[in-house]
Amino acid sequence: MPGSRGASVEFRHVTKRYEASSHEGAGPGAVNNLSLIVPPGEICVLVGPSGCGKTTSLKMVNRLVEPTSGQVLIDGEDIASVEPTQLRRRIGYVIQQIGLFPHRTIADNVATVPKLLGWPRERIRARVDELLTLIGLDPGIVRDRYPAQLSGGERQRVGLARALAVEPPVMLMDEPFGAVDPIVRERLQNEFLRLHERLGTTVLFVTHDIDEAIKMGSRVAVMQQGGLLAQYAPPADLLMHPASDFVARFVGVDRGLKRLALSRVGEVELAEAPLVREGESAEGARMRAGDDAWVLLLDAERRPIGWIDVRRLPSGGSVTADQSDPSSPFFTRETTLRDALSLLLATAVQTGVVVDDASRYLGVLTLDAVAAALRQAAVQPVGATP
Amino acid sequence: MTPDEPLIRPEWLQTHALDVLQRVLEHLELTGIAVGVGFVISFALGLWISRRPGAYAPITWVTGILYTIPSLALFALLIPFTGLSLLTAEIGLVSYTLLILIRGIVGGIRSVPAEVREAAIGMGYTGNQLLWQVELPLATVVIISGVRVATITTIGLVTVTALIGQGGLGFFILDGIQRLFSTPLIVGATLSVALAVAADGVLVLLQRWLTPWARGE
Repeated sequence: MPGSRGASVEFRHVTKRYEASSHEGAGPGAVNNLSLIVPPGEICVLVGPSGCGKTTSLKMVNRLVEPTSGQVLIDGEDIASVEPTQLRRRIGYVIQQIGLFPHRTIADNVATVPKLLGWPRERIRARVDELLTLIGLDPGIVRDRYPAQLSGGERQRVGLARALAVEPPVMLMDEPFGAVDPIVRERLQNEFLRLHERLGTTVLFVTHDIDEAIKMGSRVAVMQQGGLLAQYAPPADLLMHPASDFVARFVGVDRGLKRLALSRVGEVELAEAPLVREGESAEGARMRAGDDAWVLLLDAERRPIGWIDVRRLPSGGSVTADQSDPSSPFFTRETTLRDALSLLLATAVQTGVVVDDASRYLGVLTLDAVAAALRQAAVQPVGATP
Repeated sequence: MTPDEPLIRPEWLQTHALDVLQRVLEHLELTGIAVGVGFVISFALGLWISRRPGAYAPITWVTGILYTIPSLALFALLIPFTGLSLLTAEIGLVSYTLLILIRGIVGGIRSVPAEVREAAIGMGYTGNQLLWQVELPLATVVIISGVRVATITTIGLVTVTALIGQGGLGFFILDGIQRLFSTPLIVGATLSVALAVAADGVLVLLQRWLTPWARGE
């Protein structure tokens, strides 16, 4: 496949002024002396309030907007010297309203750029089916449909497939998941991140949603009114060390919680809980619990069943599964600390059980461990932001 | 017309069957030329307007004035120059189609959603590719709506050109008025209406065939 690796994108002192504006100085959408480098294969999210110039910056990469001064370079080449239509065919472009061609079938929509580039018919057909499969649609079902016959989420996927058709080294995405409901958005975000790992395309991604920026970006460029770059850093750095009051306000007072979304349970040291096996005596369970009120019940395969409150156990007899609290939260090493925390707070035990891929017991996660992870991250020295 | 005269004399239809057929064809020819020529002119002007939006207002103004001139007066004004000819009839008929058709074409192109246009340009369409592969196909529904109105209007208007020796089915209407003979008048008027309905039906079918994506919406 052509260009299966990403290209670098560089803004070099890029300024865009809009004249004939009644605003003082820079009007909305203006960009002021923007310099930043997106290394190949990274997802750079441009985030900021409306009118901060993030979309303008994006559109200067495919020359839908021409800078007033400065240069944009792709793999070191000044794009001002590339013919705009040729340039755009090498850059994937996804917009919020998708802009599928309503008069063309899904297959023809996906084939748009390959057709512009004059690919042979057979190659186009094979590529279209490959792409539709890649984005999770059945080519046999959707190939000959029109966009109006698809759901919003499906249309957004087709828009993505169309932008990926020639595996462009650079993709521009302008609020690509802004028009779908939160559940579909979350799914599309996860799918795109998985897809990106495989493709390694360089992505410039515009959003006004800081949570989306932190989730999607390997680097986040926070822009502020007047087209100024307020900070450009990996998401964790941004949350830990906001460069200005504006950034701190923009990432929000809950930036500590947001940082938890960047860490996973597997990165935290797990604690041990008192364990009992099914069928053990109630007396034995009480002994194991010691000072704790709770013991964790495991089955014969060391799979956790649930927490048991030893104070409620009968004085004699053995421990059974139906004595356990079914609401005990289970995590995997991939669960984010943010999700883990919110589940922990919602249950009586306030201790989560961590299991491996075969659902076997690994250890437990306590509220204290989450808090400690946060403190530790906060005092860790952070390398200079790029 | 005398009170005991029947509305239609069936024997007139029998003796004039060929005559009627010939006038129907003439009517279709007059209409076809008018809408065809009108469409070519309007299409060219419409494309020009799509590149230079400033031209829309003056063009609408001129074609609007043409549209408001009473047809009888227009033909009377043209006769000194072009005589009682097909050309005179068509100049009038064509000029009445322009306002409707240009509005259809410009309105159709403007109805293309902005995001579709932006996506096309963003993917590397040239201006011509955008126009012919995206804007005009998407404008088809609106353009054909314009053609339908223009065609129905023209079919009615063709009857007036009987006054300058053309007229298709208008010949019978004029004949009936002049001779106080209701049969040809009613036959001419009825067939003219039937032609308009039929032509409209054909255009609806054409539009459905050309725009498969718009079905069932």
